[in-house]
Amino acid sequence: MPTVQQNPLALVAELTHRCPLHCVYCSNPLELQSRSNELSTEVWSRVFKEAAEAGVLQADFTGGEPLARPDIVDLIRSARAAGLYVSLITSGLPLDEAKLETLVHAGLDHFQLSFQGAREETANDISGTKSHQHKLRVLQWLKRYRIGLTLNFVIHRCNIDELEEMLAIVKDSGAGCVEFASVQYYGWAFANREKLLPTRQQLDYCVERLKRAEEEQQGKTRILFVVPDYYAKYPKPCVGGWGRKLMLITPSGDALPCHAAPVIPGLKFENVKDRSLREIWEHSEAFQKFRGEDWMQEPCKSCDRRAQDFGGCRCQAMLLTGNAAATDPVCSLSPQRHKVDAILAQINEQGPAGAEPASPITVPVGKIEWLYRPNPS
Amino acid sequence: MSLDLDSKPRLAAGCRMGENNNQRVLLMPERALRLNGPSLEIVSRCDGKHSVSQIIGELQLLYSKAEPHKVEQDILGYLALLQKERALDFESGAV
Repeated sequence: MPTVQQNPLALVAELTHRCPLHCVYCSNPLELQSRSNELSTEVWSRVFKEAAEAGVLQADFTGGEPLARPDIVDLIRSARAAGLYVSLITSGLPLDEAKLETLVHAGLDHFQLSFQGAREETANDISGTKSHQHKLRVLQWLKRYRIGLTLNFVIHRCNIDELEEMLAIVKDSGAGCVEFASVQYYGWAFANREKLLPTRQQLDYCVERLKRAEEEQQGKTRILFVVPDYYAKYPKPCVGGWGRKLMLITPSGDALPCHAAPVIPGLKFENVKDRSLREIWEHSEAFQKFRGEDWMQEPCKSCDRRAQDFGGCRCQAMLLTGNAAATDPVCSLSPQRHKVDAILAQINEQGPAGAEPASPITVPVGKIEWLYRPNPS
Repeated sequence: MSLDLDSKPRLAAGCRMGENNNQRVLLMPERALRLNGPSLEIVSRCDGKHSVSQIIGELQLLYSKAEPHKVEQDILGYLALLQKERALDFESGAV
């Protein structure tokens, strides 16, 4: 039986799956929870207390769109009262100036605003909603407050070429941090993967440009780049290692080691309505399953990097190889790496989605047939 | 990037001190830093009132058995690290 190594440090609170946006790469599961299944204010408040007692430092409010919860201000207050650092990961859409002020006064520590592009038409096509202009307004309102601000640009083949314009938005925002987060292929993104994966040429440009941006913004804005891991040589240390640092609570209260964990068949999740957070952390089958190293197969089992990347992502191993205990196939040491290479070869041959290989990279996003996520009832 | 000794560091927006299980921590967007001994003494003086040279002076007194130059170098190194992490703003020394 693997031992519990440490306390959880971060609690990801998926407050709701409801969202005014319909992003084609949404990380929510294909099967969305309805409003009637969502946890109550009281249960969330208890969860925040239990989290702080278990050693959690940070609560990340996300969704869906966390602002879709009518009790969002109470939830921020109760998480702060429990002693947690509270981040709101939001589209900014259901927000006006008065509401923003109440969030700040309730003790919100950190505001993370997502962007779908730098140009209105791209951003609106990707999110399936008219949202971009409103986000720019929210950025202006945020300048009134001394609050942590991170901009999150989700990047992929159809918007990576707007990088220069994204950097202009960053520069004007005064944000302390910006994440250029390449789409990760789970949930709705997995369904739309062939249209979202960037070309190698785009990726090389991005890496080079962001290196320069890092120098330009030094001391002003931290620039983080999340690579599309299909192009990586080694896998990402997914969730900082399974059951090592992070707990995610779904809108209906299931406790997951990772947001994509339900794609792994046979994992049994405990619910916060039935068990305390600490009990779940220490004893839940799902958290124990890939904790430590006992579950590892070769080449992970004897690999020098196993304490660094923990074998990569279990959910990606499941999605691409059909075996959740396999080495993450993005790893160059994986015997199944050829599966990822085949996908990349296809992308780099056909060029940007909907375009001829030799044509300019700009893509008429609206002409692509996306699978948009719906808004659950 | 060298630090102006007269500037007054304070915690940047989105950064604050916290406590968990009797352990003081510096909470920042998406990360946290455990504070103990000297690091706690330094960060708790990053209040926009103490200048860098005042912080150095106070810690040299507090750790009087340590070599003063070493204390100064350690503090400058730590403040530079926090600046790189965007955990500090430096108010200009000329007021």
